[in-house]
Amino acid sequence: MSQIIKLATPLTEEAVSLLKSGDQVSISGVLYTARDAAHKRLVDLLDQGKPLPFDISGAVIYYVGPSPAKPGRVVGSAGPTTSYRMDAYSELLMEVGMKGMIGKGKRAPDVVDAMVKHKAVYFAAIGGAAALIARSIKSVEIVAYEDLGPEAVRRMVVEDFQAVVINDVHGADLYQMGQEKYRIA
Amino acid sequence: MREIDVAEITEAVRQMSQTANFDLGKDVIRAFEWGLETEESATGKAIFKALIENAMIARDEKVPMCQDTGFSVVFVDMGQDVHLVGGSLEAAINEGVRRGYEEGFLRKSICDPFTRANTKDNTPAVVITQIVDGDRVKLIMAPKGGGSENMARVTMLTPSGGKKAVMDFIVQRCQEAGSNPCPPVIVGAAVGGTPEKAAILAKRALLRQIGSQNPDPELAEMEAELMTRINNLGMGPQGLGGRNYALAVHLDKHPCHIATLPLAVQICCHASRHKETIL
Repeated sequence: MSQIIKLATPLTEEAVSLLKSGDQVSISGVLYTARDAAHKRLVDLLDQGKPLPFDISGAVIYYVGPSPAKPGRVVGSAGPTTSYRMDAYSELLMEVGMKGMIGKGKRAPDVVDAMVKHKAVYFAAIGGAAALIARSIKSVEIVAYEDLGPEAVRRMVVEDFQAVVINDVHGADLYQMGQEKYRIA
Repeated sequence: MREIDVAEITEAVRQMSQTANFDLGKDVIRAFEWGLETEESATGKAIFKALIENAMIARDEKVPMCQDTGFSVVFVDMGQDVHLVGGSLEAAINEGVRRGYEEGFLRKSICDPFTRANTKDNTPAVVITQIVDGDRVKLIMAPKGGGSENMARVTMLTPSGGKKAVMDFIVQRCQEAGSNPCPPVIVGAAVGGTPEKAAILAKRALLRQIGSQNPDPELAEMEAELMTRINNLGMGPQGLGGRNYALAVHLDKHPCHIATLPLAVQICCHASRHKETIL
């Protein structure tokens, strides 16, 4: 395992370009949460030429629908959801400046190509390690679409959020690389 | 005829909604420990370590191990000598889900298939009832997350394909599922019956204790071969590469029509949640 790379959000094109598939990263700063329903609304806004409810420039979107926070806590459990459901929307968000996505699972080839074109990366967090991941989330506020409940867009401040680079700006894919290494024909 | 008040069912479901989401089964934790010991990939080992830590936090702090606290699937094995009183069975189960999910700060994830409007209380549950001998009611609460549910498939194979076609389909399903269902996973599959029968048997096969022996020697042999073939794909924990993609493969079979060979494959993420109460 390589050394852990510290990243601060918003991500710059320079920071993103240095990342390679397989790099372990520790992210601090702001993440915006969105799942399928929120993505649809964000992309509808872009289609209508309207502004997004948060600053997308250099932003990292975390695909998560947290469980409700217990009293005295900022968030419930909050692990990544499966990313392919966002594939249809991701390129448009990259076009307007999104630099990072956090989820789990493989992305479609056109999304991987779009990451190369727009210089963005896709990270995975450990799916199902939601109680553990929640410990790196320091504050949460809803910024849009409260009616979507767990799927509302939230602004999360995180400290040392652990993730791994799956797809880098060169088109590499850690899932493919990792599996090839351990495959027994 | 033994009488059982449905309020007892509501209470059992309320409790199990929470305990299932907070308290991962010992068999799963043992499987994580085995994975940590045997995994060749350093990343894979780190994942097993994180999953054990996650399970401990969830149990100790009574928080859900996964934010996706699942569709509430409830198996009811209803003794034929039981008479339920005080209300309807399904309403009682749904009330238990409603209370359990609200009180336990569990995520409500059930919505209309078209409008996607959330029902806001995680109901209705999916209730799978069978009438059995005796005067007891066995309730199994098995919340299941959407990510791994999306990887399930039911297929109607051609009988000439036989065992080979069955095994090939299961292995291919895992390969296609890849990292999506949050591996390490448990694979449940059922051959035979009708498409709906196979799907229910496969779901129920997921509940078998990890590490337990299949009583049918033929199926036990197939399970062992499938474990090897699936894990040899090299996908490993979280699909990032490694030796342990499947923690277990559980098979079941049922007689089928002379013209058919139904197969259902259900994949469960490592948050393999199920609790049982006998009334």
